[in-house]
Amino acid sequence: MSIADTMIPPQAPPPAPPKPYTLSRFLGSVALGIWLALGVGIFFTVVEGWDPEKFSRYGPSFLSGLGVTLMLVTSSILMGAVLSLPVALGRMSKHRVWSWLAYGYVYFFRGTPLITQLFLVYYGLGSFRPQLESIGLWWFFRDAWNCALFTFTLNTAAYQAEILRGAIESVPRGQHEGAAALGLPERVAFFKVILPQAMIVALRPYGNEIILMIKGSAIVAIVTVFDLMGETRRAFSRTFDYQMYVWAAALYLLMVELLRNIWGWLEARLTRHLKR
Amino acid sequence: MSGLFAALFSGLAWIVSTIDPFCGPAGVFRWFGSGTLLACGDTGWGDEIAYGFLVTASLAIATLPVGLVIGFFIALAKQSNERSLRLAANIYTTIFRGLPELLTLFIVYYGLQILVQQFLASLGYEGPVEINAFAAGMIALGVVFSAYCSEVLLSAFKAIPHGQYEAGDALGFHRGKTMRLIILPQLVRIALPGLGNLWMALLKDTALVSVVGLPDILRQTGIAARVTKEAFQFFGIACILFLILAMFSSIAFAALERWTKRAEMRR
Repeated sequence: MSIADTMIPPQAPPPAPPKPYTLSRFLGSVALGIWLALGVGIFFTVVEGWDPEKFSRYGPSFLSGLGVTLMLVTSSILMGAVLSLPVALGRMSKHRVWSWLAYGYVYFFRGTPLITQLFLVYYGLGSFRPQLESIGLWWFFRDAWNCALFTFTLNTAAYQAEILRGAIESVPRGQHEGAAALGLPERVAFFKVILPQAMIVALRPYGNEIILMIKGSAIVAIVTVFDLMGETRRAFSRTFDYQMYVWAAALYLLMVELLRNIWGWLEARLTRHLKR
Repeated sequence: MSGLFAALFSGLAWIVSTIDPFCGPAGVFRWFGSGTLLACGDTGWGDEIAYGFLVTASLAIATLPVGLVIGFFIALAKQSNERSLRLAANIYTTIFRGLPELLTLFIVYYGLQILVQQFLASLGYEGPVEINAFAAGMIALGVVFSAYCSEVLLSAFKAIPHGQYEAGDALGFHRGKTMRLIILPQLVRIALPGLGNLWMALLKDTALVSVVGLPDILRQTGIAARVTKEAFQFFGIACILFLILAMFSSIAFAALERWTKRAEMRR
């Protein structure tokens, strides 16, 4: 009988096999290299073309443009949210006329480009100037900012109504039945049972809609509203300096990425009870 | 050779003018628009608007394959094992999904102009350079489309179980053949609804290219509106034309979806 009195000393792990140099690795390095070169190139052109006078002249106007964009998007999203409620209810209604009206509204605003709708309101309603003056609405539609706000509100209301409808219809039937079995009145059941669950489903599409509105709002620059894009175009037409577009791109990217991260955090926070 | 091309183009032009739904022999504007502002020919705006319709449709159709191909490869890069490739692809989508389409268009349009000008200046040519608005629109919209497309395709790739790749290996297919015969047919089936939405967005984004001077629906109706002072009528027509395009595409996509799912239906 033999007893082992010395243990085998711990061994170092075998060396990792060498990573083969694959095609995808090569492509990845090339692609990253291109991005890096682009980034460095843009950085150097910005540094080289840096002009403190230009910055002090156009910097504040860029900031005011940013404010105009944010103001336009926020107010149209909020007003669109209010307007989307009746539209969504109309879409879900069993009454044929209401549902067809709501469907037509949504189809029109989702099927045509935002820029065409804006032109239709801003230039098109000018054809009805006498009629608008007689009912006292001309002062409203004369202003490009009001027209943009009006169009964006109607447009986002159509999209938000679809989001809301999809979310409400995604709540399973059993939830309605459960609320009914508990004897909850329909109103209470809707606001305390259905809507909270629907809102979780709707959260991500709402975030996407806000991002789409931020990006879509750039077109108001064409109808002479000086938002971020409008200020950029004005600065570019005065200086012929390509840097202006780089600045605008950076600001837009910042806005969208910030919103996306806030939304990701919000979603993680609100759905933490659903994690398995 | 040039004679052949000329014959081809004149033949194509003849076909287009015969089946033209606006100003052709059976066109809407020819039958219902004569005598109004929408008449065809020199007296009305019918043929100009019909041309704009053609330009819009062809821009969207020309952009689609470019965006699809780039988007497919970006999606492949995003699910690669190589970290640098994934990072590069993610930078691409972050940038082009975050920028407004209008800004992307301006950056491409003016940026290309500056680049070409500098390149020509280095060759010794000094003069004004004008970039084709159609090409600039195609690049800008294609890049944006591909960024969104890669996301749709990536989620479709994730929906295909790993066993499908293993089945390809078990059958002795190499990677390209597995992709072509096993993965792609299922990928199309899963991704088609998402791609349909992207196509609708692309169709609507083409209206932006009118800003840099492409004679599409919006620009042609805009010119007509400015000349005739009938802005509401002409922009209304622009809206209706876009609605018609959207309607036809939704019909086409529904048919396409039925066609890709024909194997599932028989069960």
